Amino acid sequence: MNAMTETRPLLSVRNLTKRYGPRIGCADVSFNLYPGEVLGIVGESGSGKSTLLSCLAGHQTPDTGEVIFQTAQGPRDVLQMAEPDRRRLGRTDWAFVHQNPRDGLRMGVTAGGNVGERLMAVGARHYGDIREKATDWLGRVEIAADRIDDRPRQFSGGMQQRLQIARNLVTGPRLVFMDEPTGGLDVSVQARLLDLLRGLVRDLGLSVIIVTHDLAVVRLLAHRLMVMKSGHVVEQGLTDQVLDDPQHGYTQLLVSSILQV
Amino acid sequence: MIAISDLSKTFTLHNQGGAVIPVMQGAALTVSTGECVGLVGASGSGKSTLMRMIWGNYLAASGQILVAGVDVARAEPREIIALRRSTLGYVSQFLRVVPRVPTVDVVAEPLLNLGVPAEQARDRAMALLARLNIPERLWSLSPTTFSGGEQQRVNIARGFIHPWPVMLLDEPTASLDAANREVVLTLIEEAKAGGAAILGIFHDEGARDRVCDRLVDVTGFRPAVAA
Repeated sequence: MNAMTETRPLLSVRNLTKRYGPRIGCADVSFNLYPGEVLGIVGESGSGKSTLLSCLAGHQTPDTGEVIFQTAQGPRDVLQMAEPDRRRLGRTDWAFVHQNPRDGLRMGVTAGGNVGERLMAVGARHYGDIREKATDWLGRVEIAADRIDDRPRQFSGGMQQRLQIARNLVTGPRLVFMDEPTGGLDVSVQARLLDLLRGLVRDLGLSVIIVTHDLAVVRLLAHRLMVMKSGHVVEQGLTDQVLDDPQHGYTQLLVSSILQV
Repeated sequence: MIAISDLSKTFTLHNQGGAVIPVMQGAALTVSTGECVGLVGASGSGKSTLMRMIWGNYLAASGQILVAGVDVARAEPREIIALRRSTLGYVSQFLRVVPRVPTVDVVAEPLLNLGVPAEQARDRAMALLARLNIPERLWSLSPTTFSGGEQQRVNIARGFIHPWPVMLLDEPTASLDAANREVVLTLIEEAKAGGAAILGIFHDEGARDRVCDRLVDVTGFRPAVAA
């Protein structure tokens, strides 16, 4: 029943390094991610967390390292895969939720089309089935069925973000990358999205890697945290342990800098 | 079910000159199935620190914290997460929830995490909320706007919705009126009768005398001051 009792990691990252000339993007990052786990990557702007995420997701090519994913055919190093195989992975087992919904949606295509397009990319052809599945997913992200033929630009920011999530999850990915998914949203909209994400993670057994600078978001969403500074992972552990009893000086500074409301 | 030995804890304040503050040394205690042990000691003597180390959000410097066979002092995050999901419950003094989530769903969540069907989980949540005298009109609202006593009772409902074999209770009867205090003490007695091993902090002496089988004074776990 429980995805978290699985003993093999879904993703195993070894010594991942990315440099921009003499500058370090991220250096020597290693971790395992297990099925059903949510890993938060935190750090301030320029800490390398977004570089790491885009290297993991295949949007950038790291200089060295391994990103081993548990595919249906067994563990494969994603960095050694042929481009078509990696693209297929990106449409099936993997998903990527961008901070700005415009980067993850097609703004000129209807809401239903945005969700259906990803289904068609994995071979769905029957119009009725696609539309039915799209409607189901819009419902799951709390978008009313009568908005299916509207375009995303007629949606609020929160709705666009929920649509992006539906578009990403409709093909049943096992691993979801998220880059500041609640970043551009009002706090009340943020809360609703957090609740939605928690439910989806629990009900679908998703594994998630979420990059954010918002420690309140990771406290509620992530099981584990990785803290980055200047491209290096300075601390990692259980989320509430890292936040309540930080061991590294930088994490202590980060946690003690949160404004209380 | 809980077996702690030779446990120590230090805090290192990197941004305050790297000051190292030892706060606990040589802590040891056990809690058996069906037993309730109360932690006593003056404010600041380390009761809550010890509870947090067992919960896993404070790191041990050395020693062993066995909870149902898992050494929390050394376990991987995912082992602690699995332990908290099914075995180790914690009623803290603070309710930390996603804003805008209805109270009934906040209470039902631990059961959903265990794979209990939503309908059944909500029924259990509603039964507990009723028992703890939270008015039904509040169940669909977020507890973030509730009074301190109401939040405390929501926290208790969430903490007792699953029969955790091991429970940590941090001042479960604080800020409760007599009737609700009685409900909580009965819940604790039922959990004990069901075989739970309970470690608690009770400033309420009457409550402590009623539910605790033994007391452990944490003052004995304070590190000796260097001469």
